[in-house]
Amino acid sequence: MAVRLRAPGFYRAGWMMLGAIIFAAGLTWAVRASTGHSTYQHFLDANAILTVSLFAAPLAFLVGIGGFDYWFDWAIGRPTRPEDHSGHGAYSWKDYFRINTDHKVIGVQYTVTSFFFLLVGGLIAMLMRAQLAQPGSQFVDANTFNGLFSVHASLLIFLFIIPVFAGLANFVLPLMIGAPDMAFPRLNALSYWLLPIAGLMMLGSFFAPGGAFADGWTAYAPLSDNAPIGQTFFSVAVQFAGASSIMTALNFLVTIITMRAPGMSFFRLPLLVWANFATSLLVVIATPFIAGSQFMILLDRALGFNFFHAAKGGDVLMYQHVFWFYSHPAVYIMMLPGFGIISEILAVKARKPIFGYRMMAFSLLAIVALGFTVWAHHMFTSGMAAWIRIPMAITTAIIAVPTGIKIFSWLATLWRGVLHLDTPMLFALGFLTTFTLGGISGVMLAMVPFDIHVSATYFIVAHIHYVLFGGSLMTIFAGVYYWFPKMTGRMFDERLGKWHFWSTFIFFNLTFGPMHILGLQGMPRRVATYANQFADLNLFISIASFGLGLSTLVFLYNMVTSWRGGPRAVANPWRGLTLEWQVSSPPPVFNFDRVPTVVGGPYEYGVPGAVHGIFAPPPKPATVGAGSSSSGASGE
Amino acid sequence: MERNAADNPPAPGAARASRRSLTLTFVAALIAVGVGIVLSYAIHWFPVKASLQARNTDTLYHVLVIASIPIFVLVVTVILYCVWQFRMRPGEELKDGPPIHGNTQLEVFWTALPAVLLLGLVGYSFAVLHDNEAKPAREIRIGVTGQQFAWTYQYPPSVTGGAPLNSYQLYIPKGESVKFELHSKDVIHAFWVPAFRVQEDVVPGITTNWRVTATRLGTYPVVCNLLCGLGHSLMRSRVHVVPLAQFQTWVKSQLAAGAGGSAAAGTTG
Repeated sequence: MAVRLRAPGFYRAGWMMLGAIIFAAGLTWAVRASTGHSTYQHFLDANAILTVSLFAAPLAFLVGIGGFDYWFDWAIGRPTRPEDHSGHGAYSWKDYFRINTDHKVIGVQYTVTSFFFLLVGGLIAMLMRAQLAQPGSQFVDANTFNGLFSVHASLLIFLFIIPVFAGLANFVLPLMIGAPDMAFPRLNALSYWLLPIAGLMMLGSFFAPGGAFADGWTAYAPLSDNAPIGQTFFSVAVQFAGASSIMTALNFLVTIITMRAPGMSFFRLPLLVWANFATSLLVVIATPFIAGSQFMILLDRALGFNFFHAAKGGDVLMYQHVFWFYSHPAVYIMMLPGFGIISEILAVKARKPIFGYRMMAFSLLAIVALGFTVWAHHMFTSGMAAWIRIPMAITTAIIAVPTGIKIFSWLATLWRGVLHLDTPMLFALGFLTTFTLGGISGVMLAMVPFDIHVSATYFIVAHIHYVLFGGSLMTIFAGVYYWFPKMTGRMFDERLGKWHFWSTFIFFNLTFGPMHILGLQGMPRRVATYANQFADLNLFISIASFGLGLSTLVFLYNMVTSWRGGPRAVANPWRGLTLEWQVSSPPPVFNFDRVPTVVGGPYEYGVPGAVHGIFAPPPKPATVGAGSSSSGASGE
Repeated sequence: MERNAADNPPAPGAARASRRSLTLTFVAALIAVGVGIVLSYAIHWFPVKASLQARNTDTLYHVLVIASIPIFVLVVTVILYCVWQFRMRPGEELKDGPPIHGNTQLEVFWTALPAVLLLGLVGYSFAVLHDNEAKPAREIRIGVTGQQFAWTYQYPPSVTGGAPLNSYQLYIPKGESVKFELHSKDVIHAFWVPAFRVQEDVVPGITTNWRVTATRLGTYPVVCNLLCGLGHSLMRSRVHVVPLAQFQTWVKSQLAAGAGGSAAAGTTG
């Protein structure tokens, strides 16, 4: 037992968290005593203990499970464990519950954890639709309802869409570029373990005195400044989720820049890699801003800094500017990796090269640059200086151009191909239609006078779900089906996959399509009840949404049973050219037994005899720097 | 052409069949665009239209929808056509498509055309915005105060011709330009009248505003459209659009009632 308590793991994490909470209580008590404040009369006075604990306990947990062991040993001069790669590979399900430095294990950890939070977030959505099936209060009171939609959005943004893309990329990106692992495997492990902390903290807020944070995922000040303690759970959880994002993004950037196989020039990278390169740039630049916005909220709440207290000289609109400076690029963080997935699937399933490969790559970079110039379109009705609306409306309209280039290039990729209409392809094609609708409503919202009418209505709810569900989630389903054989070594049930697609596609449109009309008609979002005139459409939407919820069960059943007992997958079931398909399913512990050499583009379908990578040195290493470990300048 | 592609030399009839399928698809797409545009007029998108601004905004919306329909139909048509004509037939399991890597002219075209279209639309929207917010020669100013979870309205002496009036009721004259000046006592709210198609946030610490010229008599909902706490979904009020003479009578009656000390008015200020 004593060994267990000392060894990295959940036992050590447990007592260290207990210690952290005692430390938090002692620290706040000591500070209050030394500054002449009274000791606690009531447990509600103990908000300070809770606030400090929310930082201290997770950090203690990370230390306890061993996330910092190697670095601590190194820092104090103790001999570090020689790198015997004992952290690589997973040999039983228990290995997924330990610190593990294998990018493939981490990819699975990320993906499964994210899908857990998708199910929780979806379940919360079902409760919301049950409440909204009829006007008046059905099941929950206004405070609980406000908590439900706030937690729903926060979980699905910070704990599902952003990390699930990081998870899929974690698994396939090093394989695609011919690397044995990510550049920083220990950082990679640490970044994963921040996620469950953030998620459980957001869920845990339901048990806080005063209920869950109830100011929306946007947490606008000054409402959030004076909200019950649940709000602190959000502000702190965002710090952990954000830190996780930044660590992973840095890891991807360094991996992509330095760990490409010989011959893998930037213009031979699969577009999924390009997409994650662009996304990681966005994450690294933008995420500190939401961290900053939430630290200001925390300081306002805990220590009375009055950043957003107008009567004390605070600036209410400042919060929105800082928040959206992250949160608009965040919608591209939640979409660009999906663009990459769609490019992979369409090329392989249409048996054609991606049409206009270079423009596909450049349009990603254009979106990164333009993505930082549009944030105030979330604030057209906020009361900010009126002139800002003009440039922001122009950039918002123009950012549709690179997105349009991608849509048209995908369509041209389909043209005259040989379309394999299996589950990943169906989701990719479904994505093209629903995302086009979301893009169109986005362009409409760039038009200021129209936005002035529908801002913060159900039209916005419809738009955001057409881009994040019809956009991101469709690509996530497509990607999960596409790489399922590679990740698990098993094939999924194709018939169930098709059922899942059609039920999702139909119920999705029935659920979110009518919300456009609700918004135009004058129904605000984030309301626990509504005027009688909206009753019929809302009942219709609620029924459709339950169908959408049930469709997820088909997916879940397919994934679980196929993973346990599906037929064994061959190495390359889709006849893909990219490198991840050139190794066994699942891949060997160190990915490649021999270092691959890249000799051509990733999508040369239809070119007779074309290969992307070979596993022997090229015949004449004169033009291509075959021996160098990084070769960004060679190739082409 | 792909239909018989399993046979190595494509049959001469196949190309014609493909041309026929293209024509057929093109006609179907045109019909879809037509149906879409007709539907876009048939659907009852908006609540009743009660202001000048609403007229401009509704027209803008219809233009946007009509511009969007061909684009959406184009995308869906290409997908459906590809699924119809280019899907894998039995025997094509190992066949690849032609290695087309791109077409610079086409790519320039679909970069430039949407850019021009988008800039045109955004320019038109600025014209609408300018019209909707133009400062008229004469306007009535009414203060709006949001607080958790109620609206109160302030009529200054320039409107009442006497003492300032503070009321829970919002009356505005038809045909006059009204400028609402918005104040918050606590958190952010949003002052929205769907029938007018205008809203703006009500922000503590600053005064925001919007203008409207009501064009239709009647009573319309006022909605708080920014999450402001527990009672947000019940923070509702109404705006009464009345003829100018009736507006003045109402103001006088309210002033008189206020002087009598039995006002249904809130605190002053």
